[in-house]
Amino acid sequence: MAARTRYAPDRGLTVRMTATMFLLGLVFVAFVAAIIGIGTAYHASSAAIVLFAVVLGGGFAIGSLFYSDKIALRTAGAREVTPEEAPELHGIVDRLCALADMPKPRVAIANSNIPNAFATGRNADHAVLCVTTDLMRRLTPEELEGVIAHEMSHVAHKDVQVMTAASFLAIIAALLIRVAFYGELFGGGGRGRGGNNQNAAIVMFALMAVSIIVYAVSFLLIRMLSRYRELSADRSGALLTGQPSALKSALVKVSGQMSRIPNNDLRTAKPMNAFFFAPAMHLAPKGSLAAIFSTHPSLERRLEELDKVQQQLNRAG
Amino acid sequence: MGFLDTLLGRTKPVQPKLDDLFALPSAAVTLDAGAGFRPTGSGSVCFRPVEGRSFSDVQKDVQELLDVSSGAEGGLPVEVTKDSYGFNWLVSSRMSDQLDALVTDLHAVNSSLVDNGFGPQLLCTLVAFKDDQERRLALVYLFKRGTFYPFAPLSGERRDNALELQIKGVIGDDLKFEPDLARWFPVWGAPGL
Repeated sequence: MAARTRYAPDRGLTVRMTATMFLLGLVFVAFVAAIIGIGTAYHASSAAIVLFAVVLGGGFAIGSLFYSDKIALRTAGAREVTPEEAPELHGIVDRLCALADMPKPRVAIANSNIPNAFATGRNADHAVLCVTTDLMRRLTPEELEGVIAHEMSHVAHKDVQVMTAASFLAIIAALLIRVAFYGELFGGGGRGRGGNNQNAAIVMFALMAVSIIVYAVSFLLIRMLSRYRELSADRSGALLTGQPSALKSALVKVSGQMSRIPNNDLRTAKPMNAFFFAPAMHLAPKGSLAAIFSTHPSLERRLEELDKVQQQLNRAG
Repeated sequence: MGFLDTLLGRTKPVQPKLDDLFALPSAAVTLDAGAGFRPTGSGSVCFRPVEGRSFSDVQKDVQELLDVSSGAEGGLPVEVTKDSYGFNWLVSSRMSDQLDALVTDLHAVNSSLVDNGFGPQLLCTLVAFKDDQERRLALVYLFKRGTFYPFAPLSGERRDNALELQIKGVIGDDLKFEPDLARWFPVWGAPGL
């Protein structure tokens, strides 16, 4: 069928994303195995510590998932707007929702000098979409639509849920590092026999070492996953509007302007980077060390992927 | 979207539902009897153009096809307009008693876009009505949902919600109405209305 070939998914991207998730799963399994190993080898109280970290980390993850929309709006200093206040923005969102058959997200505007946009919320019914005033000022309506389609694809792909689940491991590992560190400092504390104390110190040290390794590896994998999900959102957004070049020119405009922004604005925007359309930092050059730590793919990589969409849409039916 | 598609970040473009459009002529009879609104003979299809040659070729073919068929029946040629959101509207104007022919025209646009693989680009189709006091009303068909909703614009980007809800009461049983009021999105300045 013609429709199927024109909107075929990108195999390469799918394979790479699957591989990343598989590796993340593998790290998780190894982590659990290591902790069980440490626990059984020393019969120590490590089980209680791990349980504590899982409960605390889980609570943190679920909390941030449920309040993601409120936290994000607060951090960005954004305000929800009604259709009367921003008719054009609502018009774009309305049409894209009707085109994609999605429930309409809440729409917010952030007063900011950084041209950017983000979408968050735990599911499509609680999603909120935010653009900055500067983005609306700099982009043409078609480019703005491309950016909004990209953000709505994040909602459709449930990226907030996926990334929270992916970060869960890193959160627990980070908590364990801290708990083990303080445990080693104050652990035992002079009561009981010397042998028991030494045992506890070894457990804490092993726990910390494992956690550090897990944290580092999962951190890199999460960043990689985040980059792949940006590429898929670009792709789905361009397929939705049928105008990959509008999104391309928006990307070029937004990233080209990034370098002129004053520093304090950059710092206040930092915690939100993973949900932004383009991160508010200098884009890392391709193949550099910074590129593997980055939440977003390089501009060239994104443009390349959109070229593919362009060819796909133009293929003779 | 399935679980795997979500996990892998793949969106399946939504294919349009076309068949329910043919319920319109019989609902129009009820609408006239129940609320005094009659078709103006004008209707339009709104779709999102895709950049590149293959889409513009398809659009040109559809336009020629409709011009030939409406020309043979003494109608006006179809009109293509682009709105401020970058969507294209193909407007077909028939005589006010030719609702069947109008619906056939609209269906021809839809099916040829679908046949050429551009089905996901279809947004909505709109058929215009008027009553004796010259109040304007459109029945909008959402392709992706396969549902209808009324849109009654007043001057200055306001809509007559009371009239819209009244219309739902009149023909709600004849047509598949959109149950979610949040999806009754306005189409300000839609051509042919």
